[in-house]
Order: sequence, then structure tokens, then C-alpha cells
Amino acid sequence: MKNVIRKATAIDEKFHVFNTIADRLEAEREGRLAGVAVSVKDNICTKNMETAAGSKILEGYSPPFDATVVEKCRNEGAFIVGKTTMDEFGFGTFNVNTPYSVPVNPHDTDRSCGGSSGGAACLTAVADFPHLAIAESTGGSISCPAAFCGVVGLTPTYGRTSRWGLVDYANSLDKIGCMAKTAAGAALLLSVISGPDEYDSTVLGVPDEDFTRRLVDSVEGLEIGVPDEYFAEGVDEEVAKLVWGAIKCLEGLGASIQNVSLPHTGVALASYYIIAMSEASTNLAKFCGLRYGLQPPLEGNFEEQFSKVRGRGFSDEAKRRVILGTFARMAGYRDAYYIKAMKVRTRVIEDFKRAFKEVDILAAPTMPVTAPRFEEIAEMEPIRQYMMDMLTVAPNLAGIPMISVPCGAVGGLPVGLHLMADHLREGELIQAAYAYEVN
Amino acid sequence: MTESLKIDRELVERIAKVSRLELTEEELERFTEQLKGILNAFKEMDEVDTDDVEPSFHPVEVKNVWREDRAKRWDWDPLGNSEHTEGRYIKGPKIT
Repeated sequence: MKNVIRKATAIDEKFHVFNTIADRLEAEREGRLAGVAVSVKDNICTKNMETAAGSKILEGYSPPFDATVVEKCRNEGAFIVGKTTMDEFGFGTFNVNTPYSVPVNPHDTDRSCGGSSGGAACLTAVADFPHLAIAESTGGSISCPAAFCGVVGLTPTYGRTSRWGLVDYANSLDKIGCMAKTAAGAALLLSVISGPDEYDSTVLGVPDEDFTRRLVDSVEGLEIGVPDEYFAEGVDEEVAKLVWGAIKCLEGLGASIQNVSLPHTGVALASYYIIAMSEASTNLAKFCGLRYGLQPPLEGNFEEQFSKVRGRGFSDEAKRRVILGTFARMAGYRDAYYIKAMKVRTRVIEDFKRAFKEVDILAAPTMPVTAPRFEEIAEMEPIRQYMMDMLTVAPNLAGIPMISVPCGAVGGLPVGLHLMADHLREGELIQAAYAYEVN
Repeated sequence: MTESLKIDRELVERIAKVSRLELTEEELERFTEQLKGILNAFKEMDEVDTDDVEPSFHPVEVKNVWREDRAKRWDWDPLGNSEHTEGRYIKGPKIT
């Protein structure tokens, strides 16, 4: 363990994955995570360790408490190695929307790690010590970077893990999840961090589960649905080919394959962004520079003071989302945007529920392309960046669990196979991911 | 409804004011254009038939969780991160 901080520092110098690195070792303890360094996404509170959620407005914030998921890891003997860099509040697909470190892709440093849990994914890929990452997804922030960096990213069912201590982005969408080099690591971490919590009333009342029991090398009889819409226009041909190869591999191991249709896949993007921005704009209302983070001297009246702090503390994407989200909830526009988006979400959920009557899991590419270059990202208009989430937002809107597993590379850049299952069916995902991995 | 929608600088300025967000002239111009582009792309929601569809505020059914209403001692200082304190109070800007 002694070398972990030194190794983490060396990785950070090369890949810029941390916002904060632990400055001292903790006493070694026993438990399921004994000897494991756990990194925590920067939007999840860690006691006395800066938690800025990738935003200037929270710079210097030192939480006086641990998030429930962090506490659970410590109780199992884990050592919290540091806070991984991210898009500000989770607002982004490439981890470039932050005034702090922008992590670089471990397979090509001119390219993005993906976002918003970019630091977590890159660190997971390159860590040369026992490591697991706590990440978080609102619309694809675990799957996307996991795919781009070539690691396993597990987003649990909405409400499987407690969000107490999370700097929230969108309350009806946020899920704390895991990243690891293998499905086994993700299964272990999920077993530790899931479960009821009296501080989060949205945690589902389901008993704790040991997901490592699902590390079984068998997909015999598993019915896999392949949604046509996830291989449609905009999905790179080489990416699609690799993902089909992975699906065929699972078929060869005894799974059966059938085509399914999720007709509201395309429109899920609009619904997702309207909901996410609406909720974000209310969540960000609490940041006014009085109690923590950026706190300039008091000048003028409260309107002037708060507007000034927020204007300085939020970066571009956060401002854009506050504006759009506030707009979507305003009298006169609310029905056409916010409420309409919630109704479209019902349609998206119905699509998945219908599919899961026919099949056990769904398989698709995680991202439509491989990791783009930073110079390409800089030229993308916001709407084009949002469109990169076309394959991850629908399952996130529906709150179903998903896992991204590496399934090869195009031109040296990793591609992710995305497996999705019905609510609370993480076990099937872990089993299928594990069987694919070991074969 | 969305047909008659007119996004202009004035509207964005009004939104920024109610969101307590100080924007520069350049930001106002840029966000107005981007807002137009984004909302234009999101128009496709109008094509989905949502008559008689209930909105989903949550992806799963969420039940309220109850616990005993009993006071509990916390070992941390809620003002520990604040620079604007006076005694055990947080000092804020003028209301008027």
C-alpha cells in the first residue's frame, strides 16, 4: 500500500486523472476491500478530502462527512486514494468541460477519455496497483468513458446505491456505480456499495446481494435481444462489426439471439436532455458562495452577489444547462418541454419493458464511435456533443442497469459492448460480462 | 405550442436574471444562438404521441422511507466551510 500514493502521483502526471490525491496512508484494515485502493469521482463526498465536482464554485470544499458509498468501502478495508477528475457536475461526454485537469486517453493521449467519469476510467485502465473506482452516471457517464478507455463500467439500477453525499446533477437520473479492469472487480464493488440507506429515501428496498456469486462462466439459455435502432445511422461500421462479433461469441457460448425494436431510442435524447437540464438547474440553485467553495467578499445586494458568484464559478456548460433547464420549466413552456419530456420518458420505459418480456438482456455498442481527438471535440457545437450520447441516454432515462465491457479495438482504440437488463437484474449482466470476458 | 416559440436575446437575458447568473454580452449572444439550435433539434419530441400518457418523474416506483423522528448528534460543524460567519451565524448579503 505504501507505494500507492507514489504510483498514483506518477499516473496523474502523465494522464491527469486526479483532482485530489490522498496525502497520507490510512491504517490497514480487514474486509472485502482490504488492500484495495478505491478512487472516488470528484462529485462524491469524502471526509476532509476536497470534493469540487469538477467546478470552480466548489473549489476548496472539504466535506465534513463521507458519502454512504465511501463509508461502506472504508468499512470493508478500502483505502481512498483520491478524487478523480470529471466534467463539471457531470455535464459532458468527453471530460473537457472542467476548469481542472482534463484526463487524456491511455491509448492515445491526443484523444478524450470520455466523460463525465473520465478520470475514473483512465485510472482504472492504467492503475498498476489493486484499484477499483467509484464513478457516477446520469446519462452515460460510466459507460462512455469505460468504453473509450477499455475498462468495465457498471451502472446499477436507479436506486440500487445510495446517493447520500453525491453532489447531485439530476435527481431522477443519478446513479453511483463502479469501474474495474474486470467484471469481477465491478461485481465486488457493487456488492459493497449497494443497499438501503436511511439517508436516501430513493434507495429501493431490496436486500443486499453478493454479486460475486454471479461470476459464473455460462450464458446457456440466456436470451439476448439486439435492438435494431442501436446499429442505425451514426454508428461507425467498424464499431458495429466488433460488437456483432461479441454478440456472436455469446451465441457460441449458448445464448440465443433475436432482434428487438426500441422505437423511441432516437427521441430519448431530447427527453433526456430536457429532464437532466431541468433538474440540474434546480440543483445548482444552492450554489451561491456563502457556505462553502468559492466565497468572494460580500458586495451589493443578494441578487448582485449571487449572480456574480455564479457567473464566475460556473463554466460554460453549466451556465448553458442552467439557462436551458430554467427555460424548460418556465410558465408557458413547461408543458411543451418539461412535462412533454417526462411523458416521452414513459414511452422509453415502455419500450424496454416490452423488450424484456421477450429477452433477458439487450446488447449494443456502448458508444457509436471510438474516442475522438480533442481538436475534433473543440469544433463540435453543443448539440453535436449531446448527440454522441445517443446510445446511452435511453437506458439511463429508464433507470435500468447496464455494463460496458471491452470487446476489441479499432485502430488501437477500445470499443465497448453494452449489455442492458431490466430493473434490478444486475446479476444477469455480470454473468454475461464475465462469461464473455473469460472466453 | 413550440411552433410559436421565439427565442431571442431578451428571453435569455430574462432567464439569466431569474437564475441569478451574471452573463457577459458575448455569452448572451452565444447562448441565445445555441439555445435556438438545441431546441430546434429537440422538436422531434412533438412527433411522439403522448395523449393519455402519464409523465414519469422517476424511472422506478419510489416509495417514501420513514424513520423515527428522533434527534441525533452529528460530530461535524455545519459552518466549517464558511468564510462568511459571525459567531454561530452565516453572514449574507443585503436583502434590499
